Amino acid sequence: MPLIPLHYTDLALAALLLLVNGGLSVRLSLGLERSLAIAAVRMVVQLSLVGLVLKQLFALESPWLTLAAALVMVLFAGQEAMARQERRLVGWWAYGLGTGAMGFAALVVMMLALTTAIQPDPWWDARYAIPLLGMVLGNAMSGVSLSLNTLTAGAVRERAAIEAQLALGRTLWVALRPVLRHALRTGLMPTINGMAATGLVALPGMMTGQILSGVDPAEAVKYQILIMFLIAGATGLGVLIATLAAARRLSDARQRLRLDRLALRE
Amino acid sequence: MLTVRDLSNRVLQPACFRVDAGECVAVQGPSGAGKSVLLRAVADLDPAAGEVRLDGALREEMTAPEWRRRVTYLAAESGWWSDRVADHFSPADTPRAAPLVEALGLPGEALGWPVSRLSTGERQRLALVRALVQEPRVLLLDEPTGALDLDATHRVEGLLRDALARGMGVLIVTHSPDQADRLAKRRLRVEAGRVREA
Repeated sequence: MPLIPLHYTDLALAALLLLVNGGLSVRLSLGLERSLAIAAVRMVVQLSLVGLVLKQLFALESPWLTLAAALVMVLFAGQEAMARQERRLVGWWAYGLGTGAMGFAALVVMMLALTTAIQPDPWWDARYAIPLLGMVLGNAMSGVSLSLNTLTAGAVRERAAIEAQLALGRTLWVALRPVLRHALRTGLMPTINGMAATGLVALPGMMTGQILSGVDPAEAVKYQILIMFLIAGATGLGVLIATLAAARRLSDARQRLRLDRLALRE
Repeated sequence: MLTVRDLSNRVLQPACFRVDAGECVAVQGPSGAGKSVLLRAVADLDPAAGEVRLDGALREEMTAPEWRRRVTYLAAESGWWSDRVADHFSPADTPRAAPLVEALGLPGEALGWPVSRLSTGERQRLALVRALVQEPRVLLLDEPTGALDLDATHRVEGLLRDALARGMGVLIVTHSPDQADRLAKRRLRVEAGRVREA
């Protein structure tokens, strides 16, 4: 089955749906029309640019450029995860902690996927590495930002309860455990829900794309299952590292609760 | 027993004082002067420079939880982390808690109540019991009777006198001069972060 090419008029027609959403927002004064418009424009611009970049990247076949592109993606993911924090750690931690956790998790998972399951030739082939990394990072980013947000908000909200336990001589890990558990659960929930609903309700974008471009559905499904495992692995690892590291940063050697290391809300 | 030398942080000027076994020292001063900051610094809940010793041993010689179990801070606003009052006591402490609860004018079965139905004053009294059953050497109390009527206040003071008689040291922040008169022989005055013997 040949791929049906899309014209720009087709895209414009589909964009009308957003106008309906925007109109609803104005009518019901939800105040969402601005963020909706900005997000839509960003999506179009970013995707168009990435289309051009990917075309170049595939043509040049350079391991260094591929690595550089991957690095830029990780840095952007870190930026995006930080922007979603309501209360950030002060200083470089706000950016460094989430970025480091996601970068490490993505590295481990990508290495596993590219050297064992997929084995493209060469192993760093941008046509495989970059789209895979994009899917893994996108999900890890959601998980990490959710869990960090839940952790810091919980530590602030439960301050009296946490410090009451510390004052009675309990360890910080005991005092922080409910907040920590809630943060981890919140970070992993979208991934777990996503896996549970996949196939019944949601047909994942990548699989749909492969099927649309003529791949045997059974093969597309195998790819999708692999991707889901990679996503779950990277998100779990990233969420765990980021949450534990942030909890450490919210404390010190004398097991105090150091909320002074959180920036004030803007 | 508890000796504090040059304890200072962002708010506190270097402070020196001591609390002996069985002694109650009142901490007084205007709101925002640093009274709670002082208590939190002694409990090692906030970073502070200086030397704090219990029976000659530096607090850095023990882990922070060990220190806070011996030198226990009770905040003005009590914190609760579970649904039932009893869940805030270790099973070993619960038998000793019931008589203390009754001594404070609450029914013994209050331990089985959900925290959500407690009034502010009830919370304050139960939080005091929670700290007392662990038998700390020193209790750092931040306005422990702030939300209580006169009868309940006297009951709390009675319980504190019993603990003092057993050799516990108490450092108590109070806005009531009468309470300071009733409980304490010595007073510390805190003004704009400066702590001095009054």
